[in-house]
Amino acid sequence: MRLAADALEVRLKARHVLRGLSLVADEGELTAVIGANGAGKTTLLRALAGLIPIAAGTALIDGRAIGQWPRAQLARLLAYLPQERTVSWALSARHIVALGRLPHQPLGARESAGDRQAIAAAIAAMDITALTDRPVSEMSGGEKARVLLARALAQQPLILIADEPAAGLDPAHQLQLFSHLRAFVASGRTALVALHDLSLAARFCHKLVLLNAGRAIAAGPPAEVLTFAHLSAAYGIRAQYRTIDGVATVLPLDLLP
Amino acid sequence: MTQPAHRPLGALAGLSLLALIAGTLSLTIGPSGFGFGGAGEAGRLIFWEIRLPRALLGALVGATLGLSGAALQGYLRNPLAEPSLIGVSGGAALGAVLAIHLGLSQQLALALPAGGLLGASAALLAVVALAGLQGGPITLILAGLAVSATATALISLALNLSRNPFAAIEMVFWMMGSLADRSLTQVWLGAPLMLAGMALLLTVGRALDALSLGEDAARSLGIDARRTRLAIVAGVALSVGAATAVTGVIGFVGLLVPHALRPLIGHRPGLLLPASLLGGASLVLLADIGLRLVEPWADLRIGVLTALLGAPFFIWLVLKTRSELAP
Repeated sequence: MRLAADALEVRLKARHVLRGLSLVADEGELTAVIGANGAGKTTLLRALAGLIPIAAGTALIDGRAIGQWPRAQLARLLAYLPQERTVSWALSARHIVALGRLPHQPLGARESAGDRQAIAAAIAAMDITALTDRPVSEMSGGEKARVLLARALAQQPLILIADEPAAGLDPAHQLQLFSHLRAFVASGRTALVALHDLSLAARFCHKLVLLNAGRAIAAGPPAEVLTFAHLSAAYGIRAQYRTIDGVATVLPLDLLP
Repeated sequence: MTQPAHRPLGALAGLSLLALIAGTLSLTIGPSGFGFGGAGEAGRLIFWEIRLPRALLGALVGATLGLSGAALQGYLRNPLAEPSLIGVSGGAALGAVLAIHLGLSQQLALALPAGGLLGASAALLAVVALAGLQGGPITLILAGLAVSATATALISLALNLSRNPFAAIEMVFWMMGSLADRSLTQVWLGAPLMLAGMALLLTVGRALDALSLGEDAARSLGIDARRTRLAIVAGVALSVGAATAVTGVIGFVGLLVPHALRPLIGHRPGLLLPASLLGGASLVLLADIGLRLVEPWADLRIGVLTALLGAPFFIWLVLKTRSELAP
């Protein structure tokens, strides 16, 4: 399913956070939104998940405006993982992951075989089998992040929108996360993530959108977006895009004077 | 440390049994002896006029307070929330106090609960007008505090201006909360509203579960934030407003019960709703039975007893939290 925005404009409290932004996240592709703190990444993701109103322009899911989708139906095809990772109660990992099944369960229904299968698959995918009975209050930040991502996977969405899913993960779990995201899109689904780690973006994403002050200043394959000029304009740093042993990476060198 | 395997249905069944036992005991225990009222006209009167209304009110009010506390804690994602937080019990107390102050309650016994209901409705309207139907939990807390503070100030004013010391004492006693000397008429007045409010609150379980992940995640899971807020505010207002109007303010039940039961059902806010309903009913019924059994307590108001139980619970909570936070 295709996620597309055109000339998108979003205001929060009368302040323009996004202006004239166009973006396409196609099925089968892992698309990342990158940009400095405050560039508008989270706002863009929230707008595309239908959580905040759009001031102008269009945002379409499968050709239909996001606001036109009934909430319940949207919840069955789009999962959104917020950047904030607070869980209010000392729920166990199993219970948290099971929340991803809510949109698929009729009111008052108990867990179906399909629900249990989706939950088990998400738990295996995020390598949290050892955590299933542990309350979230006794998990580390990275463990919690994996449990919350498993919740989104258990929702079995066609489109996954995840805000900084890799933050706080150790290198092994980062690699695991991205190989799962690649497998997710390889099955014909769509993933849009916000990222800070440019090397992960360079290596694993099919397409990048670079935001600067609410506008997209570059979009396309990583090698075209992560250029010296773009990175210095968006982040105020000197950085180099390199390929080491066939793996693309970005090496930040220093701050621009 | 891992949690033990949870048997939520077992916990709910146990709580149902407890509530059933407490209800039966409440109907059969009293100063006039054990049994369903006993023989003769006197026994019949004791059962229908004293024990039945008292047991029904105890169960309904306890259920209302437990459920409302659980719903508000879940919605506000704060374990310190309690039913009086959104201002309706303050409003109900003010309405009843005004009914006493203006002398209406002397002319018509039902003026007291009716005044309470009017006060609760006025408080609800004020809270909704202040907090709106959109917006986060924090506006609701602030609006509730503002309305409660206003009600408290006006109650103090009524007490201060009361020329009749008996009326002042009646106001103070009424605010302590009591199940004694209530008739079936008062039950019929309050029960439909309490039941309607509870029915509304029992519909928000899924929303509360989803809200554990925060508001954005809950909405992305298909939860209608506006409908949830409306159901919570209206449900708590109807049930707690009616309960307070009939029995006065019974504190701590709505705070203590969800807190104590949360570990039993795996901390799930949705399941905590029916659990707290049953737990609240059991607690109030058992506290009321305790008042009847222990002779020197006979004149003690149930609101005073629940407060006496609540205070040490809080101290225990502080110590527990402190040991958990210790390095």
